[in-house]
Amino acid sequence: MDVMKAEKVSFGYGSHKILQNLNFEMNNNQVIGLFGDSGSGKSTLCKILTGFITDYEGEVTVNGQKHNGGYNPIQLIYQHPEKVMNPRWKMKDVLEESWMPDEKILNEFGIKKEWFKRYPSELSGGELQRFSILRALNPKTKFIIADEISTMLDAVTQVQIWESLLTVARENNVGVLLVSHDKRLINRISDEMVYLSDITD
Amino acid sequence: MSKLLEVEKLSISFSQYFKGLEQRELTVLSDLTMDVDDHEILAVLGSSGSGKSLLAHAILGILPTNAKVSGSIRYKGKEMDDELKEQLRGNVISFIPQSVNNLNPLMKVKDQAIGYTNNEEEKQKLMKKQREIFNQYKLAENVDDMYPFQLSGGMARKVLISTALLNDPEIIIADEPTPGLDEQAVEETINNLIELKEKGIGMILITHDIHTAIETSDRIAILYLGYVIEVTDTKNFSGEGEKLLHPYTRSLYRALPETEFELTEGHQPSYLHIPKGCPYHENCPYQVRECHYELPELREVNGTVIRCFNPLVDGE
Repeated sequence: MDVMKAEKVSFGYGSHKILQNLNFEMNNNQVIGLFGDSGSGKSTLCKILTGFITDYEGEVTVNGQKHNGGYNPIQLIYQHPEKVMNPRWKMKDVLEESWMPDEKILNEFGIKKEWFKRYPSELSGGELQRFSILRALNPKTKFIIADEISTMLDAVTQVQIWESLLTVARENNVGVLLVSHDKRLINRISDEMVYLSDITD
Repeated sequence: MSKLLEVEKLSISFSQYFKGLEQRELTVLSDLTMDVDDHEILAVLGSSGSGKSLLAHAILGILPTNAKVSGSIRYKGKEMDDELKEQLRGNVISFIPQSVNNLNPLMKVKDQAIGYTNNEEEKQKLMKKQREIFNQYKLAENVDDMYPFQLSGGMARKVLISTALLNDPEIIIADEPTPGLDEQAVEETINNLIELKEKGIGMILITHDIHTAIETSDRIAILYLGYVIEVTDTKNFSGEGEKLLHPYTRSLYRALPETEFELTEGHQPSYLHIPKGCPYHENCPYQVRECHYELPELREVNGTVIRCFNPLVDGE
């Protein structure tokens, strides 16, 4: 079993403290929903867990190990897929930058081979988000942090991408932390809901 | 009740540069027909990035110059040309924009609320009124002299609503009034919108948040790839969705986390690849032959306006 742990994490900009003494732990068989109001520091936490913010206090570890260069086993998926892809790369290159999944997984996500030849601006938001999820599901990934990944999608697409993501995550024992302001969604798909205010000072 | 605003067969497209000098045509709204009465909230529901805001901009006459527009917009039966749009906007038709980013960052809140006037008497009158409306929304006197960056999300929302009310509008167009607000602020905003309706205002509420739409509106127009596919009474969004007639609308309702979270296959394509025929036919389990090559016209079925050859009547 893999365990992701954040211990005594604090972060702020100057005197403005965003997170104070946060403690959180989950394992790779869990799907946990993290709820917090807007501006409460959810996205900051996501960036700390995945190593995009490094100058924080405290420790983030996977199985007791701090991330030390190389592929990060904790991967972040953002709300806006179009902002995390090189607009001048075709979709095949965007995906291959991480890995090339087999046919079965591509089908699970409903990804059509013809999309590989397109640029990001030629796909819809839902189509792009499938790519960014798949890219994060590299076999070396142990935890996925999903920061409002379906907020901008319609409800039909929301169900589709969560079904696919959770199916593949379960098969490969990847833990999922779903960060959202939508309690209804968290209740529906996670094993447990955690309030950000409960795990910080 | 009388028809305040009617939109008929409105289409908006842009030609944009894509790679180098290659251009492409992007149609964001196609054949949009809808209307709003006084004492009514019509929600226009579509996914984000779908160009819903352009509907608001078209009504107000503030579209960018490279937009190609066809169709007609009427105010109380009168065709709105550019001149009439300019006359009405900010007076009869008010706009509640999406975010605090629409406020001038270098201007005090009260000054932008009352707008520009060089008549001292009128200015005093407007300032008094602005204070009254701010009071009504529990915006304290010290808010008057604040700059937009000093406002919290909820306060900014109230300032935007108050500003829209200053000229006693008949019609309000609200563009995504709830995202980014915490639960309590969403609740308040919803109540504010309903109050305005009860005072007689006709409102077009543009949103991608189906919950807000259901809680506030009287009717909902559902957009799919820029097409209105159904305009239905909000109360039909209930039970198992058996009164929703368009297959997509029903899937949408049944996909909500608090209803069934039901999975429907097939994905919404990009605006560059809008299918021929019915825009939804590729994903539709109820498709018939016509759906593949003919665009269904909007028509009325059981009191609902729908764009579908094979609507789900009789609880199919």
